[in-house]
Amino acid sequence: MGQTLSVRKLEAWYGPNKTLKGINMEIEANHVTAIIGPSGCGKSTFVRCINRMHETLPGTKVIGEIILDGESIYDQDPVALRKTVGMVFQKPNPFPSMSIFENVVAGVRLNGQRNKQNLQAIAERSLRMAALWDEVKDRLNYSGISLSGGQQQRLCIARALAVEPEILLMDEPASALDPIATTHIEELIRQLRDNYTILIVTHNMQQAARIADSTAFFLNGELVEHGATSEIFTNPKDKRTEDYITGRFG
Amino acid sequence: MRQSLNEGQFVLIQLLKDMGKEVERILQGCMQTLISLDRIQADYWIAEDQKINDFERQVDDECVRLIATQQPVAKDLRKIISAMKISTDLERMGDLAIDIAKIVRRIEGPLIKQLIDIPLMAEKALEMMRRGLEAYAIEDMELANGLADQDDQVDQLYKKVVRDLLVIMTERPEVLDQGMYLAFVGRYLERFADHATNIGENVIYIATAGRQDLNK
Repeated sequence: MGQTLSVRKLEAWYGPNKTLKGINMEIEANHVTAIIGPSGCGKSTFVRCINRMHETLPGTKVIGEIILDGESIYDQDPVALRKTVGMVFQKPNPFPSMSIFENVVAGVRLNGQRNKQNLQAIAERSLRMAALWDEVKDRLNYSGISLSGGQQQRLCIARALAVEPEILLMDEPASALDPIATTHIEELIRQLRDNYTILIVTHNMQQAARIADSTAFFLNGELVEHGATSEIFTNPKDKRTEDYITGRFG
Repeated sequence: MRQSLNEGQFVLIQLLKDMGKEVERILQGCMQTLISLDRIQADYWIAEDQKINDFERQVDDECVRLIATQQPVAKDLRKIISAMKISTDLERMGDLAIDIAKIVRRIEGPLIKQLIDIPLMAEKALEMMRRGLEAYAIEDMELANGLADQDDQVDQLYKKVVRDLLVIMTERPEVLDQGMYLAFVGRYLERFADHATNIGENVIYIATAGRQDLNK
């Protein structure tokens, strides 16, 4: 089951530039939360803080707290944290030299799982959850990059699910995909919600409206408004949110 | 920003204003027909109803086009949905005007009384419609809220019309049919005003996303 995340007074820098300015936010378990906002508003930085990727870049700094399962993520080993917090990126990035099967179990293997039967079971379960099993079950030994863009992205989701995370971060997971592949990913996100807490960064307003239970609007490193998606897209409280979602700025 | 959406919304405002002018022209024509009891004119106005129906379709088509191509949200969406509802109200108002022309076809003999309050009801109801459409165009809540008081005035006039007609019908049972028909006309105008309050309720919905009943 997914976990609740509590973000408290989160601030982040790239060198001298403060990209997050005191974010306070509760992210509900087993919900899809969409993060929207114009380019440079800090939304990608925000999700990269949640799996502690932001701090891996030189010159970056983070202060504040992110509480997961009652414990600050900054008190946890980053590698262990990333087992709990999976991430899917904008561009599908299967390992090019690996087969479909090897791609899915790559993370599990790194975590020490060597038993072949277990790995096969994990691969099948993950590919089924990513709604890809039926399409690839007869060619698991083919290269991961032999798949279409939409299939590659679902392969990356399967790879993230294989390590049994509780939180799934998605940074514009469908922006490089055609409408049919996008529909597959969106349906998948809706299904995964039952077992995971999902945060999705998207520039596509309609996508946020379609799939997210709650939506957070970021602007200039600040969280302007966070509420039920139905409210944000029908009656936002802040004029800046209204101006953004109606396309009048940004 | 959103030039196409803004232009589409402007088209909707213009279409609704033009539709309102057509409803006004038809109601005034039907009222004139009632006063003169001119059945030929009544037939003419009944045929004019098609123009209002055409406007309603134009508004619907523009709304559907904007929703499909612009994917409006929040206030933009409320404004477009409200335009569809307002066009339905205006279409019904047109039907009520035509119902008056249909009454003219049935009335036998001269009018049983000089019509004073019924034309006044029509004028007040039309003023409400104009006010509602202006409130929609400029998104003016105050203008919309004022429709509640105007609707009360029309309701009072309707009660007076019915009371006066009852007195006449009691004294002169031979004019019962016409008395009933004129009471129907009062009812149609009262309903016309109610539809005008619906326009105001849509304006409030656009501005606040909340519902308010202007017709209590």
